[in-house]
Amino acid sequence: MSSFAFATPASVADAVALLSDAGDTRCQMLAGGTDVLVQLKSLDRTPRTIVDIKALPETNALDIGSDQIYIGAAIPSAVLNENAELKALLPGLLEAADLIGSTQIQGRASIGGNLCNASPAGDSIPALIANGAVCVIAGPSGQRELAAEDFVVGVGKNALDKGELLLGLRIPKPTSNTGDAYLRFIPRTEMDIAVAGCGVRVDVDGNGVCTAARVAIGAVAPTALLVPDAAAALIGSKLDDDALAAAGAACSAAASPISDKRGTVEYRQKVVGVLCRRAAAIARDRARG
Amino acid sequence: MAKVHVTTTVNSETVEFLCDPNQTLLDVLRDELGKTGTKEGCGTGDCGACSVTLDGRLVCSCLVLGVEAQGKAVGTVEGIANADGLHPIQQKFLENAALQCGICTPGLIVATKALLEKDPNPDEKTIRYWLAGNLCRCTGYDKIVRAVQDAAKDLAHPA
Ligand SMILES: Cc1cc2nc3c(=O)[nH]c(=O)nc-3n(C[C@H](O)[C@H](O)[C@H](O)COP(=O)(O)OP(=O)(O)OC[C@H]3O[C@@H](n4cnc5c(N)ncnc54)[C@H](O)[C@@H]3O)c2cc1C
Ligand code: FES
Ligand code: FES
Repeated sequence: MSSFAFATPASVADAVALLSDAGDTRCQMLAGGTDVLVQLKSLDRTPRTIVDIKALPETNALDIGSDQIYIGAAIPSAVLNENAELKALLPGLLEAADLIGSTQIQGRASIGGNLCNASPAGDSIPALIANGAVCVIAGPSGQRELAAEDFVVGVGKNALDKGELLLGLRIPKPTSNTGDAYLRFIPRTEMDIAVAGCGVRVDVDGNGVCTAARVAIGAVAPTALLVPDAAAALIGSKLDDDALAAAGAACSAAASPISDKRGTVEYRQKVVGVLCRRAAAIARDRARG
Repeated sequence: MAKVHVTTTVNSETVEFLCDPNQTLLDVLRDELGKTGTKEGCGTGDCGACSVTLDGRLVCSCLVLGVEAQGKAVGTVEGIANADGLHPIQQKFLENAALQCGICTPGLIVATKALLEKDPNPDEKTIRYWLAGNLCRCTGYDKIVRAVQDAAKDLAHPA
């Protein structure tokens, strides 16, 4: 006999114990619920124990350290966007979080939930990958870390094993010469699912030469992808039009999209290249500014 | 299914209810607590008719579980007017004819109040983005935007 139940573990240890000792009972973690509740109503109504992980200190902590930033997995996007210091450091990531749904959705939706839900079009995912985010995961054998680009393993599938949960994301702290950006294309101006998206983070030196870069694309493959060829096209350049065009071309080449009502394969390949050029220009200007 | 006992506050009043673990806050408000001002348009977070505040933050009550209200403060449209009459936001919606069928109105009133508490003097673009998650099939939105602007003026300089 299975039925719905609700649990609010008070510590990570309790959460892990609950998730790993569940036996045949299905457990589902709950953060802001903006994916969970929609899925519960439409896709899959089977009973389960809903484990609310957003009250844990580790999933709520926000720590801006001297060389790293830790963002708790369950912090709502609206809360992140009210933090002026974080916004100044990671404007691209926060813009990506700010694109998730309406004001109401942002009051609940977390970037941890966006990542764990593993939608190909999840807006924060390319921005996290571009920022070199590392997932901090708790499980029965302690904590482990995994690069954001390795966390999503397929459509709706993440790399968490039974008993594991995502605590937060560790991001290398941007210097005054770092800039990030995320752009997506949607047919409307608000409330839509990305046709394509691109996140870029660059570092420049005093002469404006790009010394480090990461580029990631979303909604154009089963998972968001890191595009090393696009980064290679930027590193060593002055981030001029030719370099941006080469990075854009690398993104178009790396994309393996599907055709659906929001865009054809050819269209998405082209658009993701354009988004890369524009996002890289914004990241460059932020890095220089 | 074992029901869960929840204690919460709705519009500053302490309330207790029993709910199923998968029941939404929207269903609890309407079906268990008789607060039917909060409307259901879609049930999937798209229309905003179910907007309430949870610890002061604007959310869709159709995407919150009733059990999550434990120990929290819920604000619904029923808490906006007081004994003296309508809140200026409600008054301005009436004066500007910012509603026809009215199904979206409670959500818009709650969302507008949350906006004006955060930003007492929003420009039109801010208003339109803030309310992008509140759909209205009747008014065409212009009258709603005007009502919000009027309400902001009224709240800043009460007549
Ligand atoms: C109207 C509407 C508009 C939307 N618009 C967008 C949009 O524009 N862009 C976009 O990317 N998304 C959008 N979404 C989807 C959704 O809001 C986002 O994916 C959101 O970031 C999910 O976060 P959450 O905290 O609500 O996650 P939840 O719904 O709580 O969880 C999502 C998934 O992750 C799991 N999970 C959550 N936290 C953890 C954790 N710490 N450890 C392990 N597993 C966990 C849950 O079990 C679930 O499977 C929209 C949704 C709605 C309803
Ligand atoms: S009923 Fe909740 S958003 Fe439509
Ligand atoms: S007045 Fe009818 S939906 Fe807005």
